[in-house]
Amino acid sequence: MMLHFTNARLIDPEACSDAPGSLTVADGLIAARDADAPKGAIRINCGGHCLAPGIVDLGVKIGEPGERHRESFRSAGLAAAAGGVTTIIARPDTAPAIDTPETLEFVTRRAAEASPVRIRHMAALTKGRAGREMTETGFLLDAGAVAFTDAGHVVSDSKVLARALTYARSLGALVIGHPQDPGLSHGAAVTSGKFASLRGLPGVHPLAERMGLERDLALVEMTGARYHADQVTCAASLPALARAKSGGLDVTAGVSIHHLTLNDLDVGDYRTFFKFTPPLRPEADRLAVVEAVASGLIDILCSMHTPQDEDSKRLPFEEAAAGAVALETVLPAAMRLYHCGALSLPQLFRAMALNPARRLGLPQGRLAIGAPADLVLFDPDAPFLLDRFTLRSKSKNTPFDGQRMEGKVLATWVGGTRVFGEDR
Amino acid sequence: MTFRARHLLGIEHLAPEDIRTVLDLSERYVDLNRRTIKRTDVLAGMTQINMFFEASTRTQASFELAGKRLGADVMTMQVAQSSLKKGETLIDTALTLNAMQPDLLVVRHPSSGAVNLLASKVTCAVLNAGDGQHEHPTQALLDALTIRRAKGRIQRLTVAICGDIAHSRVARSNLLLLGKMENRIRLIAPATLMPSGVNDFGCEVFDDMAEGLKGCDVVMMLRLQKERMDGGFIPSEREYYHRYGLDAEKLAHARPDAIVMHPGPMNRGVEIDGTLADDINRSVIQDQVEMGVAVRMACMELLARNLKAERGRLAAGALA
Repeated sequence: MMLHFTNARLIDPEACSDAPGSLTVADGLIAARDADAPKGAIRINCGGHCLAPGIVDLGVKIGEPGERHRESFRSAGLAAAAGGVTTIIARPDTAPAIDTPETLEFVTRRAAEASPVRIRHMAALTKGRAGREMTETGFLLDAGAVAFTDAGHVVSDSKVLARALTYARSLGALVIGHPQDPGLSHGAAVTSGKFASLRGLPGVHPLAERMGLERDLALVEMTGARYHADQVTCAASLPALARAKSGGLDVTAGVSIHHLTLNDLDVGDYRTFFKFTPPLRPEADRLAVVEAVASGLIDILCSMHTPQDEDSKRLPFEEAAAGAVALETVLPAAMRLYHCGALSLPQLFRAMALNPARRLGLPQGRLAIGAPADLVLFDPDAPFLLDRFTLRSKSKNTPFDGQRMEGKVLATWVGGTRVFGEDR
Repeated sequence: MTFRARHLLGIEHLAPEDIRTVLDLSERYVDLNRRTIKRTDVLAGMTQINMFFEASTRTQASFELAGKRLGADVMTMQVAQSSLKKGETLIDTALTLNAMQPDLLVVRHPSSGAVNLLASKVTCAVLNAGDGQHEHPTQALLDALTIRRAKGRIQRLTVAICGDIAHSRVARSNLLLLGKMENRIRLIAPATLMPSGVNDFGCEVFDDMAEGLKGCDVVMMLRLQKERMDGGFIPSEREYYHRYGLDAEKLAHARPDAIVMHPGPMNRGVEIDGTLADDINRSVIQDQVEMGVAVRMACMELLARNLKAERGRLAAGALA
């Protein structure tokens, strides 16, 4: 089957271009750019809206196995399709953790049956994410794990992490760390400072992130492993990251959309939908991190989609669960960064699609000929008022509830098949 | 008219006029409380429920007495922490009680913000009797009344708040109130017991007690909250007492007519010398307890008035 997208505003992160054009898709792959419509192709009039590579979302929590009442592969897949996310990179912090090839095979099968978008899986770095023994890295790699991470758990024993990194390097596996000093951040609900003190909430100093990052980077230097820091959210961490990169270490870093668009004061009167790990940061940090995404120092922008049911959020702030759903809101939230002039659309899709795909060795994230036709058509200017109960995720915990957003996904294709939106 | 609030969750949302309204009304109750017949019928027929999720003696007794003297039907519930798995049933408990149609809910809870959460789920007026390390508004109001009676005013004073500021909701509420009333505030504590971001508070910050107390009109001591401390914040109680315990010698740095306050319960010989605490010429600690009942009566009267007005408006709306 052939598709011909006309009258599109093509957002190409690889060429860093944002220009009108057309795109031809054949057999699920991008076949031509700005060519005439081939005979028999289905014409799709993009109406001047943006056509970009689908988002590759690194670090999505799905509740299978263990917490299907919060999110299933089906619900996550539908939410992703509606949000322009064409590849979900799922986290292994499930119950039980994805730490054996058998569990990995189970989730891979379930995901393929249930989800309209692609789902790839990460595996735990240590058994049970307990930070003591490494998982069967080789078997897991063979079974399709794209990266290894204990997600929100820091491997606090440096010797265990050093060994896991050394072993991973020998297999060429990517290790994803959560940079945070576990002692300083223990029990923290917000970032320390005046706001934390006036709210009487336990806080963690931003330097705890740099301490965790510096330790991990030293171990990467020691072992030569491929490393990605899942969330770098503080200005103080950025020089360490820049130093590691210019020193030739194989290091990348990510940040969640929430840390780019919200700050610590948004917690307000104990609003638990604004509780995150790491916690939201002061405005100066947010601005520094946005700037780092623009410069490319921070490579990857992700949703850190974390579904939580109502009961785990309807608690006093300290006891409430952290995280927010974001598969459906990551694109409109990212448009805030575009509309305020901080990031161009190619820069945004470089961070949301091209870089994560590249880092994981996936062919997605590009508009190049031969790339998979994973595409999102969106109107960056379409305004709407977000009602959390309209979200497709099983969990509705979004901090953007009731907020004015700009940017609507009109349609999404995975491998040339439309998975969201109407015929055009 | 001032003090239009539905709930009293903290000093944060009060305006200086609201604070003055509470203090003025409290004065009337101080007089009433000194009479033999103390009862009024301001809250007659109304139901007050005190929910204490955290152990308390004086605050609980004070609220109970305040409600009874106003003529309310008062019930006090001690919700043992052991039976509540970390606040899990907080909302359920609140909804259950709310269904019994109370008019005033007085709540103390060990988690910051828990009372705000509860207030958002019930239809009655909620009075914060202390939530975690967040606020304890009636304590700040009774402290203000005590100061105003002792000093003749509640502005342009130099007030030192000393001790375990990091863990103290009393300190936070007092900081907010004294700041709103335009006083000069000094915070005196070892650096480990200072809250984070303290330099942005607009207060003067000291770690030396003698220096910090110089020229102060009011010295507020705080209890060392051993139960909230996980891990060493101070090397030992005796070193703490030596450097930060208030005794006559340290107090000599303050103004000769400076008053000494403490929210209680006191750790004698840890943050304050026992003899000084009992010195009726300097210590107003017993006055604070007395003012507590009056201030709580005033707060409950104001909240009840607002609640009645709101219900009246709703009823009028339903008829219209």
